[in-house]
Amino acid sequence: MLLSVNGEKHSVEVPADMPLLWVLRDVLGLMGTKFGCGIAQCGACTVHLDGQAVRSCVLPVGSIGTRSITTIEGVGATPAGKRVQQAWLDVDVVQCGYCQPGQIMSAVALLAQTPAPTDDDINAAMSGNICRCGTYVRIRAAIKQAAGGKVSVLQTIPAGAT
Amino acid sequence: MSASSVDMRRRRAIQGGLSLAFVWLGAGSKAHAFINARRQPSDAAAASADGNPAFAPNAFIRIDAEGPVRLVMPNVEMGQGIYTGACAMLAEELGIGMDQIKVEHAPPNQELYGIPLLGEQATGGSTSTRDHWGVLREAGAVARTMLVTAAASRWSVDPASCTVERATVIHAKSGRKLSFGALAKAAGALPIPAKIALKDPSAFTLIGKPLRRIDSADKVVGATQFGIDARVPGMKIATVKACPTRGGKLVSVEDTRARAVPGFVEVLKIGNAVAVVGDHFWAAKQGLDALDIRWDLGENAQLTTAMLSEALAERSRNGATIIGRQQGQRPAEGKTIEALYQLPLLAHAPMEPLNATVHVTSDRCEIWVGTQVPVRCVGVASKITGLPENKIIVHNHFIGGGFGRRLETDSVEQAVMFAKQVNYPLKVIWTREEDIKHDLVRPMYYDRISAVLASDGRPQWYSDHITSGTVLARWLPEGMGKEGLDDDVIDCAAETPYDIPSCHVDWVRHDMPRGLHIGWWRGVGPTHNLFVVESFMDELAHASGKDPVDYRRVLLGKNPRALAVLNLAAEKIGWGQGSLPSRVGRGVALGSPFGSYICLIVETHVTPQGEVQLRRAVVAVDCGIVINPSSFEAQMQGGVLFGLSAALYSAITLKNGAVEQSNFHDYRNLRMNEVPAMEVYRVESKEAPGGLGELATSIAAPALGNAIFAATGVRLRALPVDSRQLVQNPEVLKRVVEVSA
Repeated sequence: MLLSVNGEKHSVEVPADMPLLWVLRDVLGLMGTKFGCGIAQCGACTVHLDGQAVRSCVLPVGSIGTRSITTIEGVGATPAGKRVQQAWLDVDVVQCGYCQPGQIMSAVALLAQTPAPTDDDINAAMSGNICRCGTYVRIRAAIKQAAGGKVSVLQTIPAGAT
Repeated sequence: MSASSVDMRRRRAIQGGLSLAFVWLGAGSKAHAFINARRQPSDAAAASADGNPAFAPNAFIRIDAEGPVRLVMPNVEMGQGIYTGACAMLAEELGIGMDQIKVEHAPPNQELYGIPLLGEQATGGSTSTRDHWGVLREAGAVARTMLVTAAASRWSVDPASCTVERATVIHAKSGRKLSFGALAKAAGALPIPAKIALKDPSAFTLIGKPLRRIDSADKVVGATQFGIDARVPGMKIATVKACPTRGGKLVSVEDTRARAVPGFVEVLKIGNAVAVVGDHFWAAKQGLDALDIRWDLGENAQLTTAMLSEALAERSRNGATIIGRQQGQRPAEGKTIEALYQLPLLAHAPMEPLNATVHVTSDRCEIWVGTQVPVRCVGVASKITGLPENKIIVHNHFIGGGFGRRLETDSVEQAVMFAKQVNYPLKVIWTREEDIKHDLVRPMYYDRISAVLASDGRPQWYSDHITSGTVLARWLPEGMGKEGLDDDVIDCAAETPYDIPSCHVDWVRHDMPRGLHIGWWRGVGPTHNLFVVESFMDELAHASGKDPVDYRRVLLGKNPRALAVLNLAAEKIGWGQGSLPSRVGRGVALGSPFGSYICLIVETHVTPQGEVQLRRAVVAVDCGIVINPSSFEAQMQGGVLFGLSAALYSAITLKNGAVEQSNFHDYRNLRMNEVPAMEVYRVESKEAPGGLGELATSIAAPALGNAIFAATGVRLRALPVDSRQLVQNPEVLKRVVEVSA
């Protein structure tokens, strides 16, 4: 089976019903995409298929075909991905960070389709991603900052600036 | 030390929450060596094992001839921001920038990284900053002093004429400078200075600034290595199923169908669990699902939550009490108010499912895991493998959520028991279902609280009769107090912020059925007692016809720090100003756990159907000196949401001895669309830092319950929130249900 991941072609010998998550993690060694629930309830495993956010823990790898897969390791190469990751740093969204690859992938897919999301748009796009640390307030702020460039919450001081 | 002074220290320590070991180990047993700013006996070996740096003046700082300064983190990073805080404290005094640091996880070493407040190398109880505030700054200053001495001696100048900036010693007068790397060898040959000077807080350049987290850059690109991401050459992957009932055993496994799964490797068994090993997790999971397993469900096979509740209630009536605090006498006269409060079992459900990668060979055992208790992992692995402790190597990792779950070693023990049966490295990953069903749950509580009020409504006396199990008796038996008291159980009930002349607080110990282990859960004792005490304070205010904020204010005359956070939160939300829409209410809660002061006001709407919709949450805190205002704000936001999630949705229940919940659909968590607008405020303070990691979680439930009361007039005395009780017109709803049926 041939897969396109972050712009690279990979040939893998795996069962067609194997969820993409485990192909990424245990076969290709791309460990950024996370296992959280296994039943598409938490969003930690979110990746993009042709730019669309999907839960890779329930996506049979055999159903992907030629569609291109983007993971957290590759999303920074897109303009929306880069902006979102920078906003995540400026606002310092992360705590434990385990759910954040999934949060970022959902946020990037949102901004790619809806460049200026409302609060309702953010709720609709992000409510499938659970964060046990409770970083939601900063996730919302970071999405708005990535979308509009407008700064409205506390900004962190990057290393080296002090 | 006299008994009374021990008791006073005890009393002070319980104010801090989970700080018991300090008192009891310190008071009675042999002195333990704990973290120190200066070199200790085992330091040389530890530094040598850590790349043999040219300069290692203590357990935290490694300076090589080249490259970034390596800082060894005594605690673990599980989201609370302690790596950034610890780096700021070290770097502030050492004189380096946050970009000149490479952080390292501490190896297991009680002597070098043990925390006095916990009595061992552990991260929990919101103790890290409280404990390390002095020692880490001092550790940085010791190193800086030696580097300056080395430079000054090379230049033959007065050390006082040298300054330090960004890992460089500078002699401005002569324009000379030397990097830390260039000075490392010479500094390493110097004696450790006994006396050093710490910066005046007014000179801080890092502490008190909203510094970006030192782990953010890796976390946003998916590069951070959590335990679950460990990859060891030759490794295979297993997933497990333990006996659904606590105390049950594995009888037999039929694996014919599992063997047909592509990628299946083998089946492994231990006394109460079975694992399937695969080339990848999917093969292991498919194989596990294809097993036919027979269990001996054991003595708890009939156990239900109702049985646990009934047993608690019975013990509350008839069990022997242990006095937690008794002061003065119950007044002979006055209005008496009484109430019963109940709290459920809770799971931790950290986002990173439990996992451990273990490689056991004939002469050593290597473990890759994210743990809050690395030394305990060494101990259990040594016991299981029979290898000496110095042959157990634990590689700690970033932790994808702890909340107390990773203060336990059960999953590590299990992984070692499986791994010692095979000759390859074995990564064991629990499914989310396994995580929810086999947690060491937060205890249930059954509390009868009462108060006698004076004619003006002020409480003259209160009594809290707590019935529960004890985590401490299993987790740290030597931490149990005299007469068998577990101080955590009465934390924030025995001491309140209020001026109340007399009280009687006691506890009935009721152990859970054998095998049903209870564990530490974010906020520990205060999360339990603040719900009871602060909900009850609200009841007292209403029984006296007083506003809940005014009622508390009157009782805070001797507690200016508590009064200040109450006033700040009330001011910021506009308490008492304007009118709120129908079925919208505000609830206040106040507490001083973990050495900090916090007031939370929640504003919520309760729909006619009984659905709770959070609108606003305003937090005001005095936690002494703040190391990182950004981390502070994040912990307050996240801590409140963690507590609100539990209060709204969470309970672990048992049926036929097994946990009924299984995943995030039936063990719910707040999601983005349910999060209220949040504001976090701080009272400036020069006091020593208080704890933050659990602070806001512990105050969330009572503020929510009080807001629901304000919105509906319904007092919820049990968690989680039962929305059926909040339906505006139950008769109408009943008719609708009947009609639609």
